[in-house]
Amino acid sequence: MSLILIFLAVVVAIAFGWLWRQGILAKPWLETGVVGRFPAADPSGARVAKVGLAVFLAVVGSLFALTVSAYLMRASLGDWEAVRMPGILWVNTGVLALSSLALETARLAAVRGDAEGMRAGLLAAGATAVLFLVGQLLAWRQLHAEGYYLATNPANAFFYLITALHGAHVAGGLAALGRVTWRMERGAAVAQLRLGIGLCATYWHALLLIWLVLLGLLTNWVGDFVAVCRQLLT
Amino acid sequence: MVDVTHGEPVPGVPGSAAHEGGELDLYHPKSWVTKYVFSQDAKVIAIQYGLTAMAIGLVALVLSWLMRLQLAFPGLLPFLDADHYYQFITMHGMIMVVYLLTALFLGGFGNYLIPLMLGARDMMFPYLNMLSYWVYLVAVLLLVSGFFVPGGPTGAGWTLYPPQAILANTPGQQWGIIVMLVSLMLFIIGFTMGGLNYVVTVLQGRTRGMTLMRMPLTIWGIFTATVMALLAFPALFVGSVMMLFDRGLGTSFFMPAIVVTGEQAPYAGGSPILFQHLFWFFGHPEVYIVALPAFGIVSDLISTHARKNIFGYRMMVWAIVIIGALSFVVWAHHMYVSGMNPGFGFFFATTTLIIAVPTALKVYNWVLTLWRGDIHFTVPMLFALGFIVTFINGGLTGLFLGNVVVDVPLSDTMFVVAHFHMVMGVAPILVIFGGLYHWYPKITGRMLNPTLGKIHFWITFLGAYAIFFPMHYLGLLGVPRRYYEMGETAFVPHSVVTLNIFMTVAALVVGATQMLFLFNLAWSLRHGRAAGGNPWRATTLEWQTPETPPAHGNWGAELPVVYRWAYDYSVPGAAEDFVPQNVPGRDPDMPGHPVAEGAR
Ligand code: HEM
Ligand SMILES: [Cu+2]
Repeated sequence: MSLILIFLAVVVAIAFGWLWRQGILAKPWLETGVVGRFPAADPSGARVAKVGLAVFLAVVGSLFALTVSAYLMRASLGDWEAVRMPGILWVNTGVLALSSLALETARLAAVRGDAEGMRAGLLAAGATAVLFLVGQLLAWRQLHAEGYYLATNPANAFFYLITALHGAHVAGGLAALGRVTWRMERGAAVAQLRLGIGLCATYWHALLLIWLVLLGLLTNWVGDFVAVCRQLLT
Repeated sequence: MVDVTHGEPVPGVPGSAAHEGGELDLYHPKSWVTKYVFSQDAKVIAIQYGLTAMAIGLVALVLSWLMRLQLAFPGLLPFLDADHYYQFITMHGMIMVVYLLTALFLGGFGNYLIPLMLGARDMMFPYLNMLSYWVYLVAVLLLVSGFFVPGGPTGAGWTLYPPQAILANTPGQQWGIIVMLVSLMLFIIGFTMGGLNYVVTVLQGRTRGMTLMRMPLTIWGIFTATVMALLAFPALFVGSVMMLFDRGLGTSFFMPAIVVTGEQAPYAGGSPILFQHLFWFFGHPEVYIVALPAFGIVSDLISTHARKNIFGYRMMVWAIVIIGALSFVVWAHHMYVSGMNPGFGFFFATTTLIIAVPTALKVYNWVLTLWRGDIHFTVPMLFALGFIVTFINGGLTGLFLGNVVVDVPLSDTMFVVAHFHMVMGVAPILVIFGGLYHWYPKITGRMLNPTLGKIHFWITFLGAYAIFFPMHYLGLLGVPRRYYEMGETAFVPHSVVTLNIFMTVAALVVGATQMLFLFNLAWSLRHGRAAGGNPWRATTLEWQTPETPPAHGNWGAELPVVYRWAYDYSVPGAAEDFVPQNVPGRDPDMPGHPVAEGAR
């Protein structure tokens, strides 16, 4: 459970830093009048949506940190037989990174007001994300063909579980992206799409980051890395 | 069917709907259905949450009657065999903790109070908020459907520990456990939708002048509890998915190689203790997820009904936040006897005892708030006082149980059942009642009948002690929990039988008294005394709405502006013994306002 505790420590640090800046040391009984910063004075929907996404990402982060914690706890037992990684995972990782990149260009294009660039980026991001999911399914098929069945041992089960959880989050993101794309096709102006694309881009980057961590874990790089660090220290 | 009117198209957000530009666009209900059924108004959603939670809570109450009848008069109810007893225990515990308390505090009180107390027009993502309730309702219905599937609901205990939860011979192993896990997952998804709303509304929806440190403690409690729930529920979610895999797809996340009635079960290599870690990583914060809103509400009830500012507001806020953070590092005190590394026990006992410090601080501050207050023994005040007493009681036994040496012999005895019923059963329920008596006038415009209320309070409060106080003694004698019947046992004296009968009678009486409360709720809707806008002469914003019950959008044309903290009661020199938060005060910018010179 060490990873979830690290994750929580980060969340708590952010929360306390924020509380500090919000004046948690104030003595409210001594002051009257209109004081402080006023979120309601700036009811810009963009900010609300961004905060909403940030909170949601914290929940997603907690979900994956817990899954990984469970994985690490089980993997530390003696009888662990790691899954042989299907090579296609590397291709998939590249595709997911491309998807993130495409969405980022779409976001930048939207900021510039470049409708063409935005459209190209958006469609490319959607297509590559779908491709990623297809690639993950192929990885499952490959494993299955090689006899790594879901129920064979806990390592396999964890592999399928972790990729499925991540894939489900990509699919959810695709639904949101699909909505933005649909509105674009219906002729919404660039300014109206900017926020939606920005939010999708943030979500995409977060999922890419989570995937990289998961990949490092499944291929046991993280373990090797920790072992190397340990050796350097001793 | 749902009608959302926006100035501009709504941009997509992963998992949410957002607004772009301008004031928060309110949706305008066009028909009866969108106004009262598929409503996006947080106040309607709050009532829907509240009524659903109470309805399912009633089921849990009846189940507790059946269990108590079996414990006092074994064999009295011929249909109640051992399997049924376990199923009832499981459903009772899970419903009470998750589907009643969590839903009522966060979905009910949270939805109603957050926008009103902060001076907002509604939640920030109303559509998502509506969805949250409907997903919750489906989760509840699915849970209830467990009673009707082949094999009945699961009898694994509310902790759902594998391996027994999914092995043959555990009641409900066929469908019940699947239904339970899916229902929990839906609950968590629904809660996350609502929780995003509660958090973002506190962060972004406050009106002018409502700084964090001017928020009423009720909001602090609900806010912190929501943050905790958002971070802790994923543990239960992952655990449920994994167990569902084990049950449905034959994986072995939690299932070791095991022989069941002479046959090798088709599992190998899983770790049951892994589930315990995940479960209690959710389970312990869950205790505070229901306790923190209770803390907050009680603080406001006490301050209002004792006409005194809350003692040590800042400390109260800090204590809430610190308790919230600490409660994530104590989970394994539920696992002292699980066979985990004994070294952990020491660590977790220490953190458990440290958490008692901010908790005790809150109790002192409540008592000091009452000290020399102008205490009005209104019904909400009675319930708040009842809470303090009960919480101290349950907290003290918790200090005992936090120590490994004490917990090991008491583990899985009735002492534990007595402890957690005091601290997270009775105490929060008392606050829920207090809160309902307090805010009912705002919700409906009429007062609940105080005479019925007092009868309700005294029977519930004394009755709860009659049920659960003797239970400590049974536990010390060694009577185990989750036992269908004790039979003749050498270490259990005959007095236990008499006590059991006494407790069961008390449970029946307490349960029946809740019907009086429900009657009061319904009767007062029409016949209660008209309440006016601010019957308790309280300072917080929800009592300052232009209309009671508050109209859609809560405030008239203008949002309220906040000039002071939430606890200006009995301010020396003020015209009245309370100064609402939206009344301008002595301030260099606003000279000559109602609070007289030298107010502080
Ligand atoms: C009228 C009030 C109540 C009565 C008479 C009552 C009675 C009982 C009884 C007899 C048991 C089974 C004890 C055993 O054999 O081990 C039990 C278990 C339990 N109760 Fe209650 N209860 C009440 C209210 C509540 C409330 C408000 C909560 C909310 C937290 C709650 C939570 C639980 C839990 C979590 C369990 C453990 C279930 C398990 O062992 O799996 N109860 N209750
Ligand atoms: Cu605990």
